[in-house]
Amino acid sequence: MSKTLVEKIWDAHVVKSEAGFPDILYIDTHLIHEVTSPQAFDGLRKRGLPVLRPQQTVATADHNVPTLNQLLPIKEELSRYQVDMLTKNCAEFGIELYGLGHPFQGIVHVIGPELGITLPGKTMVCGDSHTSTHGAFGAIAFGIGTSQVEQVFATQCLLQQKPKTMKIEVNGVLGQGVTAKDIILYIISKISAAGGTGYFIEYAGSAIEALSMEARMTICNMSIEMGARGGLIAPDQITFDYIKGREFAPAGEEWDKSLAYWKTLYSDADAQFDSVLTFEAEDIAPMITYGTNPGMGMGIRETIPATQSQPDKEQLSYEKALAYMGFEDETSLIGKPVDYVFIGSCTNSRIEDLREVAEFVKDKHKAENVTVWIVPGSKQVEQQAINEGLDKIFEQAGFQLREPGCSACLGMNEDKIPAGKYCVSTSNRNFEGRQGPDARTLLVSPLTAAAAAVTGKITDVRELLVKA
Amino acid sequence: MRKFEKLTSAIVPLNIENIDTDQIIPARFLKATTREGFGENLFRDWRYNGDNTPKADFVLNNPTYSGKVLVAGKNFGCGSSREHAAWAIQDAGFDVVISSFFADIFKGNALNNGLLPIQVSEDFLAAIFAAVDKSHTAQLEVDLEQQTVTIADTGEQSSFEINPYKKSCLINGYDDIDFILNQKDLIEAFEKAR
Repeated sequence: MSKTLVEKIWDAHVVKSEAGFPDILYIDTHLIHEVTSPQAFDGLRKRGLPVLRPQQTVATADHNVPTLNQLLPIKEELSRYQVDMLTKNCAEFGIELYGLGHPFQGIVHVIGPELGITLPGKTMVCGDSHTSTHGAFGAIAFGIGTSQVEQVFATQCLLQQKPKTMKIEVNGVLGQGVTAKDIILYIISKISAAGGTGYFIEYAGSAIEALSMEARMTICNMSIEMGARGGLIAPDQITFDYIKGREFAPAGEEWDKSLAYWKTLYSDADAQFDSVLTFEAEDIAPMITYGTNPGMGMGIRETIPATQSQPDKEQLSYEKALAYMGFEDETSLIGKPVDYVFIGSCTNSRIEDLREVAEFVKDKHKAENVTVWIVPGSKQVEQQAINEGLDKIFEQAGFQLREPGCSACLGMNEDKIPAGKYCVSTSNRNFEGRQGPDARTLLVSPLTAAAAAVTGKITDVRELLVKA
Repeated sequence: MRKFEKLTSAIVPLNIENIDTDQIIPARFLKATTREGFGENLFRDWRYNGDNTPKADFVLNNPTYSGKVLVAGKNFGCGSSREHAAWAIQDAGFDVVISSFFADIFKGNALNNGLLPIQVSEDFLAAIFAAVDKSHTAQLEVDLEQQTVTIADTGEQSSFEINPYKKSCLINGYDDIDFILNQKDLIEAFEKAR
């Protein structure tokens, strides 16, 4: 019987399937961090249970860590305690920890791929909704709550309903200045912040196939912003080339065996999806959000849709969102002054993102009214940026290169955007208060963020690019 | 886990759509390492001003509304996977959340904590909001065994869906770990066969 990619991987991991019950799904790799794990470890202690497969569990500290002076003790007491708890828990339960000071430390969804832990065909979970990122390799990867973190600790399995499947095809060639981030913001703006709920999404089509692994990660990362727990892309030569030689990637005979299996991981030609959507790359412009959920996005030259044009029941929430942002119906954002530019997060903090920004800002300087933070996704990304001299370019441009962590994406540490200020951000959520109480977030690509940093206002980056 | 069977309660209405988990519990309050105490920061930034004074117009600060049932607009609980959102709602005294649509992870987290998420039609949701508009003390009757929710004042009733396994977990107070651990031999057999 023909199967979709999701079905192939899912079926290979079902320990037990019984009518009326969720499947018992085996989990290959469990990633953990300091914020959503302590209560799960406590649960194990209360039940008197060990972590069943500690060698399939990897930990890092990312959500709550400072991005300056990381080797000093953490100033804020509660944050320090939470990070210390992770260290203690990992030691007690025998889990490998890439904590502060470790050369592999970084955002959990950046380090998994760069260390070769994320592989095609795997099932992977983490107490973080952006676990969908790892789907870029053709893995089933999704975010879970803390009770489920405890469940995976205790059993290496999850009770999980098999998801519905959706295929989103993007065909054609992207225009100049249009990137993977714009593709995903465009898709979310078309299908809404709830349009993918209940589905795992497979991204396909020539525009997706042409993307690098890091760009594919950006796409899969934001699947959850339309409600889909997982998003994935069939592995191909680009995937295999990326994985080969990485720290924990299979090598030698293991590599050949793995590769042979990975090459079977695609949706069969006549496989049935529960839903199929198709978009054209040519229709996508650099995108920006104007509201308080990621579905409220538009092409950067467009005007904010009128409240009247929204369905009746949604007008109140829509009005509330625009009031929060300080924006009005049918206005353009072009030229609007910005206060902060944040380049980072599990969506856009990888080396290609930093290279793209560096290439754009070389020999340019940030505008006076803007504070620019660049927060690399991991120690390895940071080191690579330094090796390539990107740090010098950022310094000359007046951009501050900080140390790795989730940072101003969610403002759990001290990297918060002040109330009322506008932050052009490469992160994934523009929710009210996400980057700090009353902060206003506009989601964009790294390139559009760099353009805003240089001009001090919202800018169509295409106007600043040398015509190809 | 807490058991759930039946409930009759007044309603706390929050007629806003796409309420994300950053509104339910902002990230800066996720630093605790236990499950307790999140209720005081439930809807923190909608409930309090920057100087910690209560915002008078927010429903949780309005003493005429009380009850164990939170009723909200569609796509409730979208965003982050933080289970702290379910803990905060429960810690603030709610046993049931009703919406016309729930985000996936939130729904699972709620069920894993004995907080019952009930999805109803847009029309029935509107009927609940209308009832509570008319009388702040309007009562809702929730019957998990029968899978029904009833507006006591008008008698309007809706049935709701719930996975039969999850239903039995809620009624009996079991959780998923109990369920899987009883079949641990299957996990070991699966690992050996790979």
